[in-house]
Amino acid sequence: MLSNYEIVETLNMIEKENLDIRTITMGISLRDCCDSDVKKALTKVYDKITFLAKDLVKTGEDIQTEFGIPIINKRISVTPISIIAESSDVDNYVEFAKVLDKAAYETGVNFIGGFSALVHKGYTNGDRKLIASIPEALSVTDRVCASVNLATTKAGINMDAVKEMGIVIKELAEKTKDKDSFGCAKLVVFANAPEDNPFMAGAFLGCGEPECVINVGVSGPGVVKSALEKVKGADFATVADTIKKTAFKVTRMGQMVAMEASKRLNVPFGIVDLSLAPTPVVGDSVAHILEEMGLEKCGTHGTTAALALLNDAVKKGGVFATSHVGGLSGAFIPVSEDAGMIDAVQCGALSLEKLEAMTCVCSVGLDMIVVPGDTSASTISAIIADEAAIGMVNTKTTAVRIIPAYGKKVGDMVEFGGLLGHGPVMNVSNFSSEEFIQRGGRIPAPLQALKN
Amino acid sequence: MKKAIITVLGKDSVGIIYNVAKILSENNINILDISQTIMDDIFTMVMSVDIEKSAVDFGTLSKTLEDKGVELGVKVIICLEEIFNSMHRI
Repeated sequence: MLSNYEIVETLNMIEKENLDIRTITMGISLRDCCDSDVKKALTKVYDKITFLAKDLVKTGEDIQTEFGIPIINKRISVTPISIIAESSDVDNYVEFAKVLDKAAYETGVNFIGGFSALVHKGYTNGDRKLIASIPEALSVTDRVCASVNLATTKAGINMDAVKEMGIVIKELAEKTKDKDSFGCAKLVVFANAPEDNPFMAGAFLGCGEPECVINVGVSGPGVVKSALEKVKGADFATVADTIKKTAFKVTRMGQMVAMEASKRLNVPFGIVDLSLAPTPVVGDSVAHILEEMGLEKCGTHGTTAALALLNDAVKKGGVFATSHVGGLSGAFIPVSEDAGMIDAVQCGALSLEKLEAMTCVCSVGLDMIVVPGDTSASTISAIIADEAAIGMVNTKTTAVRIIPAYGKKVGDMVEFGGLLGHGPVMNVSNFSSEEFIQRGGRIPAPLQALKN
Repeated sequence: MKKAIITVLGKDSVGIIYNVAKILSENNINILDISQTIMDDIFTMVMSVDIEKSAVDFGTLSKTLEDKGVELGVKVIICLEEIFNSMHRI
């Protein structure tokens, strides 16, 4: 029999500490939807998604009602569209984005990811068309997310793609300028992108994945912070153990929900992404966990060490709690989606440079960073190149989701609303990286990858 | 058997168990175990029930209990037992 204490502990985590399942994401392979006739391809894509995901949202809602655990997002990830669309005889893939958007509305999911291309070693014709279509595709759709993988540890960094993505991001910011360049929040650039990531904007279903699969992303920064409040002043072994135990409990929830969703939808279970994903709500912040460890403000000296401990302990605790781990797994540090990060930027404690250092030890990278609207394309490319280099050399996933907010300058605030929050515009270096970016070509893979 | 846990949290008063049990009885739900305690000055009652033969669907039952809680000035939550087992039992 469960003890009253255990039952109340779980209920408190949900009620007071914002424990939730951040997303149930259904991965759908579209590899059988290619067709030289674009109309037929679009119909196949729409029909397949709306058939397989027809019960996804209702199932998520039922599980939430019956188990009492909030399931915040129900989402879909698909095979990178560059692979699907390139059989069709068209020059522009915006119609594919529109059909994904329509399928998202029909199934009721709030985002669909996979308007993507994998170009870490080079472009196919389809990749080229897809990337060129991104600015228009993300400005005429609401729920479609795009991603581009432009570096891996094994292939190096595709600097032609780095250069192009700087231009694409600027163009997208311009096209969505009436919404504070919101389009850029739906686009992420990766190094070492995972094929089973359930989180947006970077979710897509990789080519090694099954026909249809359920991946789940957990959350719970508030739960970790509350647990740490009880070990004030204790040494770091105690801190790490406390985080591990908490992460274990949080992940067990994710595992249970994933198995239940898999059973009810009759779709195989893929992975649980062991993540601490913050939201702008107070009490749901990763920055506040770091501050609870003894830092006056997130971003001060010691922040990278604190984040390294947190990230590692989350994984160690979570790994034992689920049968399959995947996705991004670790602590996210998106600025605009985290009340503590926003505060830290506003009071001058947290800079872009410090965030870059933190990405060496966190699960993703520079996430939801708002920079001045007049930031040049080559500077954005150079920020991407730095981040890709960190991912490439450290054999980890890194990403950049950056918003050069049209017409905004340092110190302004940009409102995205909902889970995407609001972001203070951050300072970037005024010195040029133009000539560096203009070189193009590829940065070779680091030696550590050549282990075969 | 399909087990669920009903938790009542709040200020103690006359008739809490009676009122919750009445709803359960009306909906053909069997009570398996009841315990109550004071945790951090909060009245806490935990009830284990079998909802397999429930006359209403889970969502309706949950709403009925929640509304009764509001009426009595306490919080009433019902969840399937697996959520607690998954978190606290390996």
